[in-house]
Amino acid sequence: MATAGRDGEGAPPRRRLRGEVFIHRERCKGCAFCVEFCPSQALALDKAFNRKGYHPPVVVKAEACNGCDLCGMYCPDFAIHGVRVGAGVDDEG
Amino acid sequence: MSQHVNPVEPFLRMERMPHIWCPGCGIGTVVNCFVRALLKTQVDIDKVSVVSGIGCTGRIAGYFRADSFHTTHGRSIPFATGLKMANPELSVWNFSGDGDLIAIGGNHFIHAARRNADLKVVCVNNFTYGMTGGQVAPTAPLHSLATTAPYGAFERPFNLPFLADSSGAVYVARWTTFHVRQLVKSMEEIMHKPGFCFIEVIAPCPTAYLRRNRLGDGLEAMRHYKQSSKVVHGADTRSVDIELGGPIVVGKFVDRDRPTTLEAMRDELHKSLGDKYVPYPTGVQR
Ligand SMILES: Cc1ncc(C[n+]2csc(CCOP(=O)(O)OP(=O)(O)O)c2C)c(N)n1
Ligand code: SF4
Ligand code: SF4
Ligand code: SF4
Repeated sequence: MATAGRDGEGAPPRRRLRGEVFIHRERCKGCAFCVEFCPSQALALDKAFNRKGYHPPVVVKAEACNGCDLCGMYCPDFAIHGVRVGAGVDDEG
Repeated sequence: MSQHVNPVEPFLRMERMPHIWCPGCGIGTVVNCFVRALLKTQVDIDKVSVVSGIGCTGRIAGYFRADSFHTTHGRSIPFATGLKMANPELSVWNFSGDGDLIAIGGNHFIHAARRNADLKVVCVNNFTYGMTGGQVAPTAPLHSLATTAPYGAFERPFNLPFLADSSGAVYVARWTTFHVRQLVKSMEEIMHKPGFCFIEVIAPCPTAYLRRNRLGDGLEAMRHYKQSSKVVHGADTRSVDIELGGPIVVGKFVDRDRPTTLEAMRDELHKSLGDKYVPYPTGVQR
């Protein structure tokens, strides 16, 4: 038997969710929660400092971001958030 | 709203930012989850009120752009109870630290739960008094170090879900700041649930608790929550004590219904007085 996809036979292929992440460098206090728990490993801490002396996150794999906004939910300093891009996406990912 | 604007911004008094919370403190994460729950339930923000007592967690009321009130230490529940009684259409949310809610405010907590006051109570439990530098709290795990327990805490801590459950709360859940999606869901669930609803959120306080106990920084605490938490929905609340560095049982433990203070009062007065009884405020059901 041919292996059916998760959506079953005949269903359109699942579209990979795409997202975009927004970073407010100067608000960041470098806790790394966003980097650690991003499910797509899209982030890393910058080597450079922000004005407060912390290492804010930078996007290292923009194409991997799925816009799940986990970074936004974790960030205690309201310095990062993710959004889905593209129409018709379900946000329960 | 522009996609570039962080979703919390419309809900916060941004002119008061940056906030006072230390790097790696978990309180901001709880704020994020509350805002996500408000957005998801699409509740009218003019019908939401946020009340806090004193402490780092207590700052939430001051930062929130809603009808919010930053009360005195331990007194957020009495204030919130009065607010709800006079304005039953409000969804009244109480954010407190474990010291504020359970030490100085502990008596208010158990009685509000017993009476089933219609309040949504979120306790940010960081196991210490963060704002005042790390004194021993009634949640401090046995043997943990605090400024007032330099050789280790020797008094048995409260198990908050059990305290809430046995006092009569109709909804009891515990999450950690690692469990953001679950926390949002619990907050959504209680947004419209009548009665005393309690959510404990275990959160890192790197400055006053973790460092003194050599438990690392905020990130290390978050990794510990991820590795050592066990989700047990419906767990017997007597079994969810927390030990220093030990596993943390999380989940929704209690979800039941019983009449709120206002409902019970109205029923009783109506039974005794019949049509002579005119409920106040008129026209509002709970
Ligand atoms: C009547 C009174 N007693 C004591 C204090 C000092 N005080 C301020 S905050 C606090 C405890 C804070 O701990 P907690 O409620 O756990 O909140 P956290 O700072 O950890 O978020 C204490 C004892 C006070 N402000 N008022
Ligand atoms: S939105 Fe999700 S996938 Fe994108 S950076 Fe944030 S956590 Fe990672
Ligand atoms: S979670 Fe926020 S404060 Fe922490 S490193 Fe990421 S952007 Fe900075
Ligand atoms: S002292 Fe602790 S609770 Fe207070 S802001 Fe700092 S980390 Fe958070």
